[in-house]
Amino acid sequence: MTESPATKPADGDVCQRVKNGLNLEKNGVLKSLHRCHEQQPKHHCQPEEEEDFVPLYQDFENFYTRNLYMRIRDNWNRPICSVPGAKVDLMERTSRDYNWTFEYTGRVVLDVINLGSYNYLGFAENTGPCADSAAEITMKYGVGVASTRQEIGNLDRHEELEKLVAKFLGVESAMVFGMGFATNSMNIPALTGKGCLILSDELNHASLVLGARLSGSTIRVFKHNNMQSLEKLLRDAIVHGQPRTHRPWKKILIVVEGIYSMEGSIVRLPEVIDLKKRYRAYLYLDEAHSIGALGSRGRGVVDYFGLDPCDVDVLMGTFTKSFGAAGGYIAGKWELIEYLRSHSHSAVYATSMSPPVVEQIITSMKCIMGEDGTTIGCDRVRKLAENTVYFRRRLREMGFIIYGNEDSPVVPMMLYMPAKIGAFGREMLKRNIGVVVVGFPATPIIESRARFCISAAHTKEMLDRALSVISEVGDLLQLKYSRRRIQPSLSLPCDDIVFEDIDD
Amino acid sequence: GILHGHEKLPELQSGNCSVLNCRIILEINMASGQQWVLVEMVQAFYEAPAYHLILEGILILWIIRLLFSKTYKLHETYKLTEKEKEDLIEEWQPEPLAPPVSKDHLHLNYDLVTGPPSHKIILNGKECINFASFNFLGLLDHERVKEKALASLKKYGVGTCGPRGFYGTFDVHLELESRLAKFMKAEEAIIYSYGFATIASAIPAYSKRGDIIFVDEAACFSIQKGLQASRSFIKYFKHNDMDDLERLLKEQELEDQKNPRKARVIRKFIVVEGLYINTADICPLPELVNLKYKYKVRIFLEESMSFGVLGEHGRGVTEHYGVNIDDIDLISANMENAVASVGGFCCGRSFVIDHQRLSGQGYCFSASLPPMLAAAAIEALNIMEEDPDIFTVLREKCKHVYKALQGTTGLKLVGEPFAPALHLQLERSSGSRDSDMQLLRTIVDYCLERHVALTLARYLEKEERFLPPPSIRVVVTIKQEKEDIQRAVSCIKEAASVILK
Repeated sequence: MTESPATKPADGDVCQRVKNGLNLEKNGVLKSLHRCHEQQPKHHCQPEEEEDFVPLYQDFENFYTRNLYMRIRDNWNRPICSVPGAKVDLMERTSRDYNWTFEYTGRVVLDVINLGSYNYLGFAENTGPCADSAAEITMKYGVGVASTRQEIGNLDRHEELEKLVAKFLGVESAMVFGMGFATNSMNIPALTGKGCLILSDELNHASLVLGARLSGSTIRVFKHNNMQSLEKLLRDAIVHGQPRTHRPWKKILIVVEGIYSMEGSIVRLPEVIDLKKRYRAYLYLDEAHSIGALGSRGRGVVDYFGLDPCDVDVLMGTFTKSFGAAGGYIAGKWELIEYLRSHSHSAVYATSMSPPVVEQIITSMKCIMGEDGTTIGCDRVRKLAENTVYFRRRLREMGFIIYGNEDSPVVPMMLYMPAKIGAFGREMLKRNIGVVVVGFPATPIIESRARFCISAAHTKEMLDRALSVISEVGDLLQLKYSRRRIQPSLSLPCDDIVFEDIDD
Repeated sequence: GILHGHEKLPELQSGNCSVLNCRIILEINMASGQQWVLVEMVQAFYEAPAYHLILEGILILWIIRLLFSKTYKLHETYKLTEKEKEDLIEEWQPEPLAPPVSKDHLHLNYDLVTGPPSHKIILNGKECINFASFNFLGLLDHERVKEKALASLKKYGVGTCGPRGFYGTFDVHLELESRLAKFMKAEEAIIYSYGFATIASAIPAYSKRGDIIFVDEAACFSIQKGLQASRSFIKYFKHNDMDDLERLLKEQELEDQKNPRKARVIRKFIVVEGLYINTADICPLPELVNLKYKYKVRIFLEESMSFGVLGEHGRGVTEHYGVNIDDIDLISANMENAVASVGGFCCGRSFVIDHQRLSGQGYCFSASLPPMLAAAAIEALNIMEEDPDIFTVLREKCKHVYKALQGTTGLKLVGEPFAPALHLQLERSSGSRDSDMQLLRTIVDYCLERHVALTLARYLEKEERFLPPPSIRVVVTIKQEKEDIQRAVSCIKEAASVILK
């Protein structure tokens, strides 16, 4: 166990071993009792003038936060002070009271290899054509809009962007919104309502769950990527109708994601489209992570499988990940978008996108499509695919357990034990690699993982260095759980087919 | 049964000694535990009281009845054959995903702005004076703000490529949060990347199923979405009517006294806006604070329209009334109006705000605010702090416009004199909302012809809980000169008299 503040006992008498999960609750309760007598900083106590008020937080609700999360809190919310590209500068911070408060030493940790930011195509840069055009627009249009799309916030740049997005995806029409999360939570209620059924995947993102809840429809969950479960739900729904009244459902909407961010798995799109056609349901595809990152032309999961984008009823995605900007879009048939223009919550009540952000998306999208006259976009898409395959293969050879599809640039590496979360994050940072570690409640508590996001901006040297460090830390923390023996392949990293029996 | 036998045994010994002796001999000879138990049971049966026997008898009869009754299915008692299922699947026709929208639907045709959305705005090809954007302090095209945003762009690029938890926290965000907290004289502030999502994520972070929220009827749509996401009990009180609110609070107090144990865990909140966006009037904050301490409810204040407008230094409704900011539990505002950037923030005591860092959905699960927009907001705050006179100037202009628009034929002005975003409603409605909207739209078009940009206030008719009447939004900004205001006012009056005769 590495030396870290988490292992030092906070109280004198009660020894907290977070690793020993059996006695966790007992020790935590004892610690809470002891806290009254100890000189712990009273961070979570109510101020005196509120003694008569009903407490704002229940004790057991933040039990996990106070006792587990606080100890390893320094692995998250790490502030940076440079472009979130392949290498990033972190602000160094220390804590003298076991992560309750942080102080900045003023030093900057330079050139940390960034395996955590969603920078799939490397468009998070402050130089180059995208930054230049965004700079020009900043000086011309300013930064804010101060009005909604339906009132006076509909700029010509927004309309140009929407046409470009529709062309990029190969559909009739598109509409853009200022925030990716809000795109889901404000448009699903506009599409479905009471009397409709939403079939959503087990591991859908919080924004999809919130949007489904706010719509007021009935929600049924099918097992992750499991087509038998989905088909059974569809058949039961159509045959039996709404619960109790047995009236037929008004519409059925299947909500899936392109790449699931915690699993790295890609949706089985051909099978879902088959089911959708057979049972006349509608499909809502959230391509937050997969747009730009999958497919030979970077057009997302539809391009990856070589399918027709008109088969998917609602194509949704975000611009935060592959385009280096912010915001989201919905694309589909012309009637759908016209309906959303008049009935979406965001168009009526929320401020429209900021002009420099719009410009960044326009430039980066043209770059990916090759319309700016260069092959930069094409090269980046290919580089990302190569990096992904290489990284995954090397990790598997080293003996780590990796989740997800072979081609997905989101690589979750299993740590399993909650105690190793803090250790892994800190050890990697000590060796100048920034990673993202995830635990409860984003994942089940015994399936904690470290999640790597590969970028086209990562060079082979960076990946090799990262891999050697991961191997070192993996040996130190005993993370090489895999029992499968894989032959280290002799082929070059750009070959994605490995023949183990060829040795000449 | 066995116990009974044991208890009764000593009494028997005197009377039926011989019978017992024979029995004991028999059992010893048998040496079988079962015989002993059977005999004991039979003994007990004779000795047991009557009620006990009757009870046991009823129980046995009930068990026999249950064993022989038909099995009880909770679901349908019929089973469909496979063919019937296939037929049902064949026949089912869903509604279209998006119902068709008529071509002249009022909300469909957007007005197109070419060029920057600033004081002089080019709307649908005509250059107009802007009376429609919420650009209260004129910071949308302020040079210093643009310079700072440009500098930030050159350092950080545009996007943050991640949520706050995963390398999406920039030093600019931390600086903006501390500056906002210092400006509002609060302990801590938290930033969101979208104004709508700010209050809609803050309310469900604190109020869960079973809690009670008292809301004003004129609350804006983002508050309504926050309330819906929280799954709490919502009680509406009449707009700005403190007596109605007190009545509801008293009723709740009576409920609490009936059930004190439940009352000790149910949280109660009041959600109000500083300046209401739908009615342009102000909430009576001192009375609300009195009610807070009397009935032990917490106050959430939404200050999107009053931040940077009211108060001597622009701190909002709390400064306007001189209320101590620690009395308000949470102040939420968006930075898209006076501050002329994008995003929103919440501020208050650390004890309250820190909770949102783990449970605010729009904070944890969404990418953070692009750093150039945060830098623009910081510069806007600098300008607001350097020159507090702009707030007085803005209020003067608002009063001027308010007075000038009084007495328009056919239109009534709704709002407070110092509110910068006023509503012009029809004095006499024609009966149908659509025709009212058409009429107002004609007025707006008339003004547009004469180079004054106005807009209709937009709502989602079917989704709003208390739909406000159709109105034209008139926004006063600090950049409007006397001539501009004069021209706009005469234009509106002319339009009203021509169209609404």
